[in-house]
This record gives sequence, structure tokens and C-alpha cells, in this order.
Amino acid sequence: MPLTGAVDCDVHPLTPVPADLVPYMDAYWRDTLEVRGLDFWETIAYPANAPLTIRADWRALKPRADASPDAMAATLLDRHGFAHAIVNCLFPLQSFRDANLGAAFARACNDWLADTWLSRDARLRGAVVLPVQSVEMSVEEIERRAADPRFVQVLLQVMGDQPLGKPQFWPIYAAAEKHGFAVAIHAGSSYHHPVTGSGWPTHYIEDYAAQAAGFHTQLGSLISEGVFVKYPKLKVVLSESGVSWLPSYLWRLSKFWRGIRNEVPWIDRDPLHYVRENVRLTLQPFDVPDDAATVARVMDQLGSDDLILFSTDFPHWQFDGDAMLPKGLSAAQTRKILIDNPRATYARLA
Amino acid sequence: MTLDAPTRDTDAHSDENAAVVKPNRLAIIDGDVHTAPSSLSELAPFLERRWLQHMQTYGSRKRHGSNYEPYPKAAPRAMRRDAWPDDGGLPGSSLELLRTQHLDHYGVEVGIMGPLGLSGQGEINLDLSAALATAINEWQRDVMATPEPRLKASIVVPFEDAAASVREIERLGADRRFAQVFMLTRSMDPLGARRYWPIYEAAQAYDLPVGFHVFGAGGHPYTGTGWPSYYIEEGAGHSTSCQTVVTSLVMEGVFERFPKLRTVMIEGGFGWLPALTWRLDKLFERMRDEVPHLQRRPSEMIREHIWLTTQPMEEPVARAHLNETMEWIGWDKLLFASDYPHWDFDDPFRAFPANVGDSRKRQILTTNGKAVYRLG
Amino acid sequence: MARHVIAPVADLPVGARKRVILEGRPVLVLNIKGELFALSDTCPHRGASLAEGILTGHVVATEPGTYVYSREGEILRCPWHAWEFDVRTGRSWCDPKHMRLMQHAVSVASGVSLLESGCVSASEAPIKERGCVSASEAPLQQEGPYQATTFPVRVENAYVVVDTPD
Ligand code: FES
Repeated sequence: MPLTGAVDCDVHPLTPVPADLVPYMDAYWRDTLEVRGLDFWETIAYPANAPLTIRADWRALKPRADASPDAMAATLLDRHGFAHAIVNCLFPLQSFRDANLGAAFARACNDWLADTWLSRDARLRGAVVLPVQSVEMSVEEIERRAADPRFVQVLLQVMGDQPLGKPQFWPIYAAAEKHGFAVAIHAGSSYHHPVTGSGWPTHYIEDYAAQAAGFHTQLGSLISEGVFVKYPKLKVVLSESGVSWLPSYLWRLSKFWRGIRNEVPWIDRDPLHYVRENVRLTLQPFDVPDDAATVARVMDQLGSDDLILFSTDFPHWQFDGDAMLPKGLSAAQTRKILIDNPRATYARLA
Repeated sequence: MTLDAPTRDTDAHSDENAAVVKPNRLAIIDGDVHTAPSSLSELAPFLERRWLQHMQTYGSRKRHGSNYEPYPKAAPRAMRRDAWPDDGGLPGSSLELLRTQHLDHYGVEVGIMGPLGLSGQGEINLDLSAALATAINEWQRDVMATPEPRLKASIVVPFEDAAASVREIERLGADRRFAQVFMLTRSMDPLGARRYWPIYEAAQAYDLPVGFHVFGAGGHPYTGTGWPSYYIEEGAGHSTSCQTVVTSLVMEGVFERFPKLRTVMIEGGFGWLPALTWRLDKLFERMRDEVPHLQRRPSEMIREHIWLTTQPMEEPVARAHLNETMEWIGWDKLLFASDYPHWDFDDPFRAFPANVGDSRKRQILTTNGKAVYRLG
Repeated sequence: MARHVIAPVADLPVGARKRVILEGRPVLVLNIKGELFALSDTCPHRGASLAEGILTGHVVATEPGTYVYSREGEILRCPWHAWEFDVRTGRSWCDPKHMRLMQHAVSVASGVSLLESGCVSASEAPIKERGCVSASEAPLQQEGPYQATTFPVRVENAYVVVDTPD
């Protein structure tokens, strides 16, 4: 199956360090970084040398494959003929406790992305990172980027201070809906809470596995709180979420809804409905065994071929060689995943 | 069968399962029966005077700060409305009603008790936690399991204190009226962490499976992104706390260390396990150098050491999806549980979709339980 | 159609409910604010008896965070998984097309008219008989717990009458 014309909905640039962002900050924040020694800011996600963080063959390239738009294009877009790639910057500004600091970094990250990535390759599209510490400042950042058509989604992390369905976050969704941004919820944590409801797991593997549980939580929250009732045109993209967890979670949510829907009476139809209408998931990491029969069964459980958006999750090591598509997809499914579903999801993807 | 009631009744008459599933011939093993003393005073005979006074004065103080549970339930005390005994006690407190409404009614041969509430688990004060666990264990044994041998007790352990937990297992472990060690899925640390290992070692030594029941108070928000607003979110989200337990047990190497350990996930459903297993295998392949203590793939350890109770049974619109999910898990790994007398109760004869088939139903209702629990 | 005399009217005052077995099937008769309702007493979900279900109102929302509450006392909730059933239609809220309780016509008839037409009286299953009523496990037609209680129909009384289809 040729990948020509595909829209890769989740690629990552080499995460900038504060020094990369300084040129995009005003004098106060430039000095603050120097005065306070803020020359690095990292979390425990994606350890720099961990195998998951960048595929070994891509790491070995000089420059490494995620270092620049050109390097990435050589590895992905040129090589496979992708039409577009949506670039999600994972600088962990959500972990700051200070909303003003978060907002300064968000502005700088978005300027940096526009300048050093989106301006360099017309096929690239971007995500607006948000200082989620402050809903007000997040809305300001959305408004600031709305005029730039290269930004097609806003970017939140799957674990923060509060579940994202809560009404305090709704101005973000109102602004996103108004300007046609999809809302991407991406794997990652502010680490303001342990990543599990039972504390901190020992290993990075467990942390990464726990991200999927974060997606359960956010999906349950967005649906239960009525975000999709309030913003029916909103598209939420679960990014780097995995997909095979979704059916059984919806079975549970639907079952509970039948008995206790009176707790959330605005949910007047099976929760599954909102997923079909409003929620999409990116393809990689595709968490189904590598055999066509099982893939077909999972696709059947998902119950719709509209849900999955193609992604490589570049440069994270999610597949080997060029095997970025699961085995066993039909030609029609593949075309939808590669092209039709992304184009239907991203209103700003002209 | 999603027809109107009259048609449905007719179907029930002609359902071929009905012929096989005769209460007395199919000896049901029920992996989750919630017996409970109605009040502190019923537990008092088993509680040291010092702790009785403490409870009367300061009460239970759990690691979620709520006097009962953080979310109001679907029904009073989360109980079936038809399970309240006439004597005004709590559902699950009356042996008589438990017999007529559940054990006799369905032909339950063995019901594994899973005490919640006044059981000490999640108490901030670890000494109180241990005292209450001891009391509830003796209450189960003397008030329930001794007069009614179909009921088997669980050794409730104050699991945040491994030493006290081991003492409790050693004190009661030889008593065949106890069929498993009982923990909760929400904990201070993920439950594979080394400070819980002595509990698994003791359980293995007594050939007792360890049951992990959903709920608990570990001192953290219920999710990695804080507290959800609604009970529906908590309910649907129990499967995530189960995933934390399985991930931690596997990645910490608990099953390598205790190769005979049997564990049972209780009341979290089961549909979530295949996706988790696939994810863990993939991650293990990528980063096995982080967990060099593991000799085998996560899927192998899960297949060998983890059982799941079926309640609350997932109800996909396409029943075939449930069937294939059960197949992915393994027909020998699923155990029936009713959760009696809670509102999300599963009826042993009606919870299963028809396409599961009689022999597999029998496996889940009876055979598998006999292989897992320490019975007889 | 068969007509079944359920009880003297005086035995089913406002707020009372009665569970009866009609032709082998449990039926729940309710007096809600003076209006009589008769519904199948087998929950179409997993077969629970609804006899001990709570009656509540009907809640909808105009938008998230709003609660528009009406029809107090007309929604019967299953005592197990809390599904809601509209006593006027028998339909479940969550799946009204496929999951509903059969409704029976219920009326009040004078003793005179009943005696003239030779109506049968009902066997009565007390509400406190617990448990699932699905026929495969507890064949109601044959088994012991549901003792028929009969009562004489008197000319001077009025009676609650429930119809069953052929
Ligand atoms: S049996 Fe009535 S709601 Fe399930």
C-alpha cells in the first residue's frame, strides 16, 4: 500500500532546550532564564537515551532524524510521499507550577515551531502548545495563533492537575471549536500527580504503560462532563494513545451509563455515540499483535473505520523499517486512515 | 435476547442452557460475595478493647479523607435494593437472607467472601488497620464460614504494613476456612513494589491465591490526572486501577520471584486485559534492558499467574466481541463472581451471553474456581 | 384475554404495590397517586424482580450542569442495575426500543360485575419473596415459595382487575 498523500498526525521534533527558546522570549524572561539557571527543563518522560525515545537507526543518522525539518523530511515525507505531517512539540512546559512561566514557554515554543519547522517545509503543520496551568492564558495563546493557518490543533497532555472534561477547561474548547482547531490530547504528564492512582511505578515501562490509563480517564471525563454536548463540533484527537484499549473501556462506560445516567443526565445517548462523532485516535503506537486476524478483530471491535488517524509517532520507536501500517487492513481502511480521516478531522488542514 | 418481557420469558423456558444449568447440579463457585457486619458493635467481640474505644472516639480515617467513600453510589451503600434484611441490618450481614436469596437460590457451592468497609484496609493508622483486619477475619470465620461452610473467608491483610500482613497470614493460613488473601487495587505504591513482597511470599507458602479487589484508599487521587467528578467515571475507571496492579506485578518481577503465586483480579471486569498485555509485550520488547530481572514476556507471566473474575460483565452490543475477548484471555482464566449484594450484581445464569456455550460457562462458573482458590 | 382479580381496592391504597403471578408470570401492580399500573415484573435486562425498585422522577438536561426534573414517582428503577422504566409505557430509558416491560391493562371492577362474569382470582407472590424470577431457575408455576392466596369476591366490594393477553 503506497503511503503517498498520507497525513502523518503525530511527529515530534527534537525537543528544544531553553537556549533554543530564548530568542523567542522577551527581555524579562530571557534574563530570568539566566538569573535562575533555567538552562534545562526536563521531566522523566522520554529519557534522552531510552530506546523508545528515538529509533536507533534514526538516532544514528548525522544529524539525527528529528534534528531538523530537512532531516525529518528525508526520513519520512520525501521518502514516503506524505502530504503533510503535524508536528507536536513535547517540551514539558506543563510541568511548571507557575502559570506565567508556563505561558512564556508556550509562546516561545509556538514561535520556535513556526519559525524553525513550519516555515522551512510547506508540508508541515503544527500544534499550539498550551500553558494549561491557566485556562485564561491558554485561550490567549489559541487566539494568538488562530490567524496562522499552519497551526491545525492545540496540544494538551493526558495527565495534568485535573481531568480535562471539567467545566473549568471549557473556554479552551470553546476557543478551539471557534477557530476550527482540533484538540490533541497527547501522552505525557505534568507529573503533578503520580502517573497511577496507586502512586509512582518503579520503571519507565510502567510509566509509559500507564499513559493508556490516562486516556481512559480523559475520555471518560470529556464524555461524562458533557464537553461534546456543549461543543458538538469539537474534534478531540487522542495522540500516542494506543487504540486497542478503547472498545472494552466503552463497554464499561456504556454499561455504567445505563444504570447511573441520571448522575449525568446531559448524556442522553450511549457514550459510544460521542466517540464516533467527536473523538479520533492516532495510529502509533498500534498496540495489537502483529497478525492480520487479530488486527481485523480489533478493528471490528472499534466498530468504525473513521476513528483512526495515521501517525508514525516519529521519531519514537513504535515500528521497525517501514512497517508503520498494521497487517490485515483492507485497502479501503488504509485509505481512510492515511488520508480521509485526517482530512475530515482537521478543519484547518487546507 | 433483547426482546420484550413476555417473549423473553418464553425464551428462558426454551433456552437450552436452562436445562444444563440446574442450580443443584452446577456447583457454582462465586468469587466475590460481600458479607459485612452491620455495625461496629457486631465487630466488637473480635476487636481489642483499645481499638474498639479508638473507633468509637475517632472513627475510621482512610487515605481518601472521606468517612465512607469519595463518590456517592448508585444506590444506598451500593447495595441491591432487594438485599436489605428485614432486621434492619446491612445487606450481607444476615446469613439467613444470604442463604435464601443467594446461596440456595442459585446453587452456590462456594462463595468467597470479600469484606469491605470495616476491614481496616486503607486506614491511615496502621495499627488500627491491622486490628480491624484481624477482627474482620475472625468475624468472617466465626459468624459466617463456621456456621455456613459454603462460605469461605478471605484473609484480609493490612497490606500497607507487610510485617503485620505476614503475621496475619501466618496466624490464619493453615485454617482451611480461609481460601485467599485479600487486598485492594488502590494502594500507596503500585502493588508489585518490593515492600509488598513478603505478603506474596507468605501467600505462596500457604498455597493461598491473592485477590486484588477494586477500590481502596492509597492516598493518591484515583487517576494519574486527579479526581474525576462523577461516580460513573470512578466505576468505569476501576479497570485502570487493575491495570496498574497487573503492570506492577509483572514488571517488578513478582511472578519470577514467587513462581507458584496465583493472583485474582476482582470486580474490575476483564475486557481490558488483552490490550494491556499487548502493550506490555511491545514495551518489553523495546526496553527489556530496563527490567533485566524478567526472563519471560509479560504475556507469558500474565497467562500463567493472573485470573480475573467476570463481574461486572462487559456488555458490548455485539456479543461476539465478548466471546473473542474471553478467548484472548483464556477460558481457563476467568472466574465467575456475583458481587452479591451490591447493585452491579451479576446473575450466574443470565450474565453470560448465550454464545459462550455451556461447557465454557461451566468452566467459568465452576471448574476454574476450583483450580484457583484453596478449597477443601 | 383473561381477567384476573388481584385484590380488593382497599388492599392497594395510594403508594402500595403488589406482586402477583398471572399465568405463571410475575406482574407488579402499583398504585401511584391513585392511578393503577400493571407491568411485567421481570426486568428485561437480567431478570430481576422490580418489586423492590424505587420510584423516582425523570431527569433530563437542557445542557451540561442542568437538571430538569419532572414526573416524580413515575419512573421505576430496577433494584439491581438501576435501569429506569417508565410506568406509563413500560419502556426503559436507556434502550426504549428493545428493553421494555410488558404492560397489562388494569382496572377497577365491582364485585357484582365480577361475579356475573365469573372472573378468576390471582395467586399472590408476596413482595418479600426474593430473588430472580427467571423461569429457568425458579419455575414459578410449579415451585413452592409462591403460595396462592385466594380471597372471596364479594358483591359489596370493588376489586383491582388485571388483564393478560391470550
Ligand atoms: S436486572 Fe434490571 S437493570 Fe439489570
